Amino acid sequence: MSTDGPLTPTQSDDLRAIAAVMIPASTEFDVPGADDPVIQADIVTTLGRDACLVREALDELACLASAPLAALDPARREAVAMELRAKGGAAVETLTRVVLQCYYRDDRVVRSLGLEPRPPYPRGHVLEDGDWSLLDPVRARPPMWRRA
Amino acid sequence: MLRRVHGKGSMNDPVDVLIIGAGASGAAVAWSLAETKMHILCLEQGGWMNPATFPSTGRDWEARFFGDYSPSPNIRARPEDYPINDDNSPIKVVNFNGVGGGTVMYTAHFPRLHPSDFRVNSLDGVAEDWPIDYDTLVPFFEENDRMMGVSGLAGDPGVPPRNPPMPPLPLGRSGTMLAKAMNRLGWHWWPSDTTVATVDYEGRARCINLGHCTPACAQGAKASTDITYWPAALRAGVELRTHCRVREITTDEQGMAAGVVYYDADGIEQFQAAHVIVLACNGVGTPRLLLNSASGRFPNGLANSSGLVGRNLMFHPYAQVYGYVAEETDSNRAPPICLWSKEFYETDLSRGFVRGYTFQFGRGVGPVAEAVASEAKGLLPWGAGHHDAFRRLNGHRLGMSAICEDLPEEHNRVTLDPVLKDSHGIPAPRIDYTLGENTARMMEHGIARAKEILAAAEATDICVNSPILYGGWHLLGTARMGEDPARSVVNRWGRSHDVKNLFIVDGSLFVTSGGVNPTSTIQALALYIADQMKQRLANLFD
Ligand SMILES: Cc1cc2nc3c(=O)[nH]c(=O)nc-3n(C[C@H](O)[C@H](O)[C@H](O)COP(=O)(O)OP(=O)(O)OC[C@H]3O[C@@H](n4cnc5c(N)ncnc54)[C@H](O)[C@@H]3O)c2cc1C
Ligand code: SF4
Repeated sequence: MSTDGPLTPTQSDDLRAIAAVMIPASTEFDVPGADDPVIQADIVTTLGRDACLVREALDELACLASAPLAALDPARREAVAMELRAKGGAAVETLTRVVLQCYYRDDRVVRSLGLEPRPPYPRGHVLEDGDWSLLDPVRARPPMWRRA
Repeated sequence: MLRRVHGKGSMNDPVDVLIIGAGASGAAVAWSLAETKMHILCLEQGGWMNPATFPSTGRDWEARFFGDYSPSPNIRARPEDYPINDDNSPIKVVNFNGVGGGTVMYTAHFPRLHPSDFRVNSLDGVAEDWPIDYDTLVPFFEENDRMMGVSGLAGDPGVPPRNPPMPPLPLGRSGTMLAKAMNRLGWHWWPSDTTVATVDYEGRARCINLGHCTPACAQGAKASTDITYWPAALRAGVELRTHCRVREITTDEQGMAAGVVYYDADGIEQFQAAHVIVLACNGVGTPRLLLNSASGRFPNGLANSSGLVGRNLMFHPYAQVYGYVAEETDSNRAPPICLWSKEFYETDLSRGFVRGYTFQFGRGVGPVAEAVASEAKGLLPWGAGHHDAFRRLNGHRLGMSAICEDLPEEHNRVTLDPVLKDSHGIPAPRIDYTLGENTARMMEHGIARAKEILAAAEATDICVNSPILYGGWHLLGTARMGEDPARSVVNRWGRSHDVKNLFIVDGSLFVTSGGVNPTSTIQALALYIADQMKQRLANLFD
């Protein structure tokens, strides 16, 4: 077992394999899959307090697959991944969340959504004022609050 | 000045007024009392926040909402937090512990209670009337609006007249879609009052639409009390000691509060004597501290001869409903605060329940929040269909919550957990709470109306969270005010019926909850109580 990361090599392989089932690469949208090395590295280095539950979910996955997920044929791999998803629970939810939260902050993915890859601060965003004449019918209403 | 006593603790020089908790109400009461020039000290278990480290400054801004900036103290688990056993509640407590208290992490929706909320028994025959009325609080609402800096628009027929000092937040795309839908139905809506600064205000920079207001505003546009009341209170001479967690309030032979035992920043036990003690620890922290202050003279906890300390906990269960529209919404590129509706606020018995709710409309969420929520709702397929589905959802969410009035029920309560303790070994609070029948009917009504609004906005894929699980953000009623010592914990100006130099100024005071976010009213009450104290200084303990 590797001593310098939160996951064993087998767990890392299974994480990569299930991430690819969740979010495969797409040429149509020009995005990598969630098994992309940069995204995987982000997941593993930022596991932090989620590490324990993620390991638990990967152990469940290993039990269901009875073999490294990546070694299964694609149909069986997908069936096992879906079985784990259907089981649900805190560990599986955490595993799914850590994949999603790293995938949807990857520069390439964020750009493909039409967003800028940057933190909100300090540039912020622009919010259009809107048409305040929409309020006219409401302004015309008599007071609605109950006097007491 | 500190003196060591008994080799284990320290004794501090007595102060005139000791405030416990530096949140929404603690800050307001400290600032108001400062003009008396008394020696005022506030003890706060958390520290000062550093905006440079707030989530919106980093690329992991959304992920931190699930970790060190989770609104749940049990998940966040910072050293400043105390655990809460809320297993026996369908609504989990959320809060923030630090200078600013809950206002560091609130969403800044800032409505006031309505006049009818103070008279629910007289008007609707349920619960009890408050010992004070709306008009009594008006000058304090106004003072608080100036101090916190409220943005909004005068002229709303849904609420009594008020004049917010700053213009409202823009309607934006989401507000426009919602407004059109509400107009189609002929239902009331109005831009929400909020403490987000829309122009530069009293040294605060205006909002630049970071869109991540709840887990703290890095721009300083959202009014948390660490950047509003506290700087003014400190300039006026109030002392604030941070990282000081109070364990218990002690009493003297006359049954008056003598001072508090607390753990300082180094974990050392200290005693602080005080002539007056003001509790501002919120609707969970305050009953916890009173119950932890049981003694031979007060075996059921301090100030608890009524047995009501910790009882009548009210949360405002939220019924959240949202869907997805074809057009793009503002999503995370604006503050979540948008519009409110008072269409269903006042009692109409034909609806099948008494009292009512406010609709609080939102603008949408960021991509990670959308992905995680849609995964949980089963809207986001795994595999090839994922990308297409996500692009239909992300940036297209439109939604609202019905903030439902929760009636006081004695079995909904805060007690001390027999096992769970905080990092100082102090017994932690335990929550026992069930949804009331009236509330449940109100929530169903809110869900049905919300679906009509979303249909009018042509939204699809409707999702419901009712109640919002981590939606215990309004902590009310657990040490309520009243005239009758057998039916209330404090009197009409916040003084304990039992202990004449002990005051409560936080959300625990609420007799009923109304159907609005409470912080504006909590702070107005704190200013009102401070004003009452100032007027009665010569005979405060009579
Ligand atoms: C995620 C979230 C969103 C919210 N959104 C809104 C909103 O949009 N509008 C609204 O009106 N309200 C909102 N709220 C609620 C709002 O934050 C509270 O109503 C308000 O802060 C309560 O004020 P308070 O003075 O009663 O207590 P708090 O502000 O909670 O302050 C209590 C303080 O006491 C301290 N304390 C407790 N026990 C001890 C002890 N033993 N020793 C020392 N210090 C102690 C705590 O650390 C804390 O700082 C929200 C809250 C959350 C968490
Ligand atoms: S949207 Fe405005 S108030 Fe909210 S975090 Fe950004 S700057 Fe602050």
